[in-house]
Amino acid sequence: MRFYEFEAKQLLEKHRMPLVESRLVQTAEQAAKAASDIDGPVILKAQAIAPGLAAASVREASDAEGARTAAAALLGVDDGGRKPKGILVEARPAGEAVYSLSFTYDGTSKRPVVAAADMAGKIDDLGDSHPDRIVRRHFSALYPFSDYIAKELARSLDLGGNDLKRMTRIVAGLARLFLKYDLADLDITSLVKLGDGKFVVLDVEADLEIEARNRQRPMLDELGFAKEDLRQVREPTAFELEGAKIDEEDIRGIISPIAEFDGNIGLVIGAGGGSLTLTDAVRKHGGRPANYAAIGGNPSVDKARRLTKLVLSKPGVEKIAVMSNVVSNTRADLVARGVIKGITELGFEPADKILIFRVPGAWEADAAKILEKYGIEYCDRTVSISEAARRAVEKVG
Amino acid sequence: MAMFIRVDIDGSVVEKSPGLAAKLVEACPVKIFKPGSAPNSVEVVEANVDECTLCDLCMQASPKGVRVVKLYE
Repeated sequence: MRFYEFEAKQLLEKHRMPLVESRLVQTAEQAAKAASDIDGPVILKAQAIAPGLAAASVREASDAEGARTAAAALLGVDDGGRKPKGILVEARPAGEAVYSLSFTYDGTSKRPVVAAADMAGKIDDLGDSHPDRIVRRHFSALYPFSDYIAKELARSLDLGGNDLKRMTRIVAGLARLFLKYDLADLDITSLVKLGDGKFVVLDVEADLEIEARNRQRPMLDELGFAKEDLRQVREPTAFELEGAKIDEEDIRGIISPIAEFDGNIGLVIGAGGGSLTLTDAVRKHGGRPANYAAIGGNPSVDKARRLTKLVLSKPGVEKIAVMSNVVSNTRADLVARGVIKGITELGFEPADKILIFRVPGAWEADAAKILEKYGIEYCDRTVSISEAARRAVEKVG
Repeated sequence: MAMFIRVDIDGSVVEKSPGLAAKLVEACPVKIFKPGSAPNSVEVVEANVDECTLCDLCMQASPKGVRVVKLYE
């Protein structure tokens, strides 16, 4: 879940990270006043989260009048059907040096990692253009973060003396914040060293791990996140809101994320990245998914039932494909019960509505028996994900 | 109405076993049992029966008083 930059900066401020002077405003008039207060060149950032807005959502201004004009234009930015959440007006101090930091998870080593570079930008992008300028250190998600890791990283940037101490404090503080708030990504794309030797954070991007949104509710409440706000790149549809409601109302398992498309194959999919692979596989075989709805984490029968009803109630969806990677904590038999129950409650025969049921893994023997009773073939792991998707697409015609 | 699981309770066994009713209510992870109106009795919560995880805790608590039946076998 993407934070607006002003929210990310509120978190940083709470943890006493040094930030550039800034004001969040809602009107062009307020932007002019903010620029006047800051008294110097400013940068104005429309608070938007839809992708592809990086260039369109930022303007520079050298005075109050320029800020007023820039803000008026930025307030018209289309943030995926929404208006911007305001304009962040910030000072643009000239620095002696600029750095970038990035905290994320390294999927290969399965640990958090912090990367830094002695230039501004997103580390992901710098990795392609300037791989030699990037230094990295892994750390633990289980043990408290130790300052020596931050110091090693800062030293790798050739920092010494007070610079080393200041950068160490910032890196360590951000690492702790990253862990404390279950962030998936935290990018400081511009960290400037000022003329007096102090560092200030200019640009921040932060993403919360979506599965952590219940655990992090107090922090989200503090930032003013509404419960139903999943920070999607566009306004959620009624279908997506209902899916989120189903998920919210039953803590057993999870349906997330849920997205609506305009296809005709309903998908009840999941397990360890399998949902993405399965959606791609359906598309690869020429199918048109009606939705994306990853279900997992040992969902209840009722959750699977409600999701099935929701997907099958979507206009244009005649049939569903129930597919997953190999499940371990999620139980194939409970998913089978929920899916069949949902279809039956809608007044249909399960065999008429299920294109394929491929949920191999825990309790698959019981799942097979349940499906057999309703005349549905059970596919185990000998049917590949691609083959399952191909069969589903073939059946829907 | 449950489609996949049926839970049979022998009320006379539960009634004669002090504490068993409360134990069944407490043991079931998906709340299939609730206290009955009579002392030392339990009732089945029909809406939760299909959530049965087949953990057998209820049958372990009372092998003679409770039976869980898979309707798909």
